[in-house]
Amino acid sequence: MSDTTDHPSAGLKRRSLLTGTAGILASGLAPAVHAQEKPVLRYLGTAVNQDKAIAEKFKADTGITIQYVAVTTDDVTKRAVTAPNSFDLIDTEFFSLKKIVPTGNLKGIDTKRIKNADKITSLFTTGTIAGKAVGDQGTAPKKVIFLEGEKSKVFAKSPTQFMSLIPTVYNADTLGIRPDLIKRPIESWAELLNPEFKGKTAILNIPSIGIMDAAMVVEAKGIHKYADKGNMTKAEIDLTIKTLIEAKRAGQFRALWKDFNESVNLMASGEVVIQSMWSPAVTAVRTKGIACNFQPLKEGYRAWAAGFGLPATIAGKKQDAAYEFINWFLDGWAGAYLNRQGYYSAVLDTAKTKMEAYEWAYWMEGKPAAQDIKSPNGDLLAKAGSVRDGGSYEQRMGGIACWNAVMDENEYMVRKWNEFVAA
Amino acid sequence: MNTPAPSSRPLHAIKAWWQAAPFALVFLFFFIAPLLLVAAVSFWPSSEYELIPGFTVQNYATLFEGCSNLADPCLALRTYWSTLQFSLMAWGATLVLGFAIAYFLAFHVRSTAMQTALFVLCTIPFWTSNVIRMISWVPLLGRNGLVNDFLLGIGLVQEPVEWLLFSRFSVVLAFVHLYTMFMLVPIFNSMMRIDRSLLEAADDAGASGWQTLWNVIVPLSRTGILVGSIFVLTIVMGDFVTVGVMGGQQIASVGKMIQVQTSYLQFPLAAANAVVLLAVVLMIVVALNRLVDLRKEL
Repeated sequence: MSDTTDHPSAGLKRRSLLTGTAGILASGLAPAVHAQEKPVLRYLGTAVNQDKAIAEKFKADTGITIQYVAVTTDDVTKRAVTAPNSFDLIDTEFFSLKKIVPTGNLKGIDTKRIKNADKITSLFTTGTIAGKAVGDQGTAPKKVIFLEGEKSKVFAKSPTQFMSLIPTVYNADTLGIRPDLIKRPIESWAELLNPEFKGKTAILNIPSIGIMDAAMVVEAKGIHKYADKGNMTKAEIDLTIKTLIEAKRAGQFRALWKDFNESVNLMASGEVVIQSMWSPAVTAVRTKGIACNFQPLKEGYRAWAAGFGLPATIAGKKQDAAYEFINWFLDGWAGAYLNRQGYYSAVLDTAKTKMEAYEWAYWMEGKPAAQDIKSPNGDLLAKAGSVRDGGSYEQRMGGIACWNAVMDENEYMVRKWNEFVAA
Repeated sequence: MNTPAPSSRPLHAIKAWWQAAPFALVFLFFFIAPLLLVAAVSFWPSSEYELIPGFTVQNYATLFEGCSNLADPCLALRTYWSTLQFSLMAWGATLVLGFAIAYFLAFHVRSTAMQTALFVLCTIPFWTSNVIRMISWVPLLGRNGLVNDFLLGIGLVQEPVEWLLFSRFSVVLAFVHLYTMFMLVPIFNSMMRIDRSLLEAADDAGASGWQTLWNVIVPLSRTGILVGSIFVLTIVMGDFVTVGVMGGQQIASVGKMIQVQTSYLQFPLAAANAVVLLAVVLMIVVALNRLVDLRKEL
């Protein structure tokens, strides 16, 4: 293997990666190494997941360049459906699969080529955490993760060799609050529409996610109990939107947000004191030295999960490089990096080996921090002694009430959502 | 040789066609063809992940569903009405501002060098991107922003003023900030072409300053006013970024509606919406053109 001489530091790791898949991978890679021409992978996804440090580390380890193509959540789906040749690797959410997979633009990922495939957390494969089933309303990953074959346009009912997406990061979302401006405990989703916070709340303006948050509020207020919040009937959509419109007309919302940074700005500037929020956004507010909680609520969390997928047309060197990236990603370094940002990684065992024991105890076990917790860039996130919002991995992910979803009545829902925006 | 030789005329015409051809082709490929495509797609049946050619008026029907009831206007009517309001407000404000600044530059600033310098000064804000110019309003107008700090500081208000940001006010403010230039330039251009002796004549005939302004300058600047108005109205009618950023994403505009529809892959519906918007904008432009014969004036 000539690559050990080219990249002495990466050689050992490369070799260990190759063992499982030596035949195919080596024959594809070896000529590339000789020619010193490493492929460039066009990585399509949202800016949130496209970390410079990850691309740099991967390049240092393997010589393969990651070229980030950053667009919004909605645009990832749009590109996957309309321009499948414009990327080599897609980083998208499981709920989008309902729109992408029927187009045949995704290629099933052969789990035989993924070294850690069998270590992927059971949340994805069987929908359980520590043996206990979690909520599966909405597009739970277990419903869409397996394909019937490599070129299949339908989801498999039971596990197969081919995965639609290899999970990378996931989390359970809840409301973010400014404890310094609210000054009392917040326990329920219903608080989002509490007139006490009139003009100081915000909700997510990505319809398919925003409506799930709204549904959590509707249930928490006891207005209606949904059979499946992630797949509402037209009447349920009408009811949910009506509730939102009434609140909006009464001046409840300060703004709607669509972009990670917007939510950070709204919260950090104090324009908003309670809003739907993503965990890393809360982290971002905190690193500015502003108090912000990712508030656990008694009704539970709205979960999401993202993963890597391959376009149907990928082949040859590029495909090998994509598999190499996925394998590298699940191998621990990236997982630990993500865990330190407050996300969860898909293969926990490998991430654990790359984290300090006190970090693991804080982020994953819900224990008080033994020393100051820093973000991957070295910003202070939590002082020694503090505990992570939502407790341990099992507590938080075990408390999932529903998953981000695409509904059967999606088109109708988007139309009604537009009415909410226009109201 | 009063008349050109009969043979040179067709040759001349052919030359002209050749000269016009490159731009005509660009126009055809990048404007007319996409436009026709949009019009065609607006009649296709909707599907979330596939575009299947066909013919249906369902998209238009969906767009105007429930619009017969005027007591509680439907989504489309409300959105178009709100967009039109924004256009008119932005138009009025940019017209007044643009005209006043152009007037100052054209008639009060004597030296050409000074005129140029001041003109360049007006363009400075355009050296940064639209979005940055908009976002910079947030720390100024926010609940804890500079303006509110000031108002609270001097005791003018007890509570922070909420309508400064994420409101219709902030949207119009941003429009004025962004688009006054589009009004200013054509008006200034028209004013510079006004024969100064006309103003002297008005003065000699005993006209007051206002009379000169109203009876001489305004009529002679109308080409510029018209061009500027078309710029501002068409831009604002289609805008979705400003309305989104400055309106806190919770104010509707037609452009915003189209953007949401395309991001949810509802292309036929968005296309139908775009066709309707185009029709509305064209009607506005035609109406404006009735006031001034652009071809004659330019």
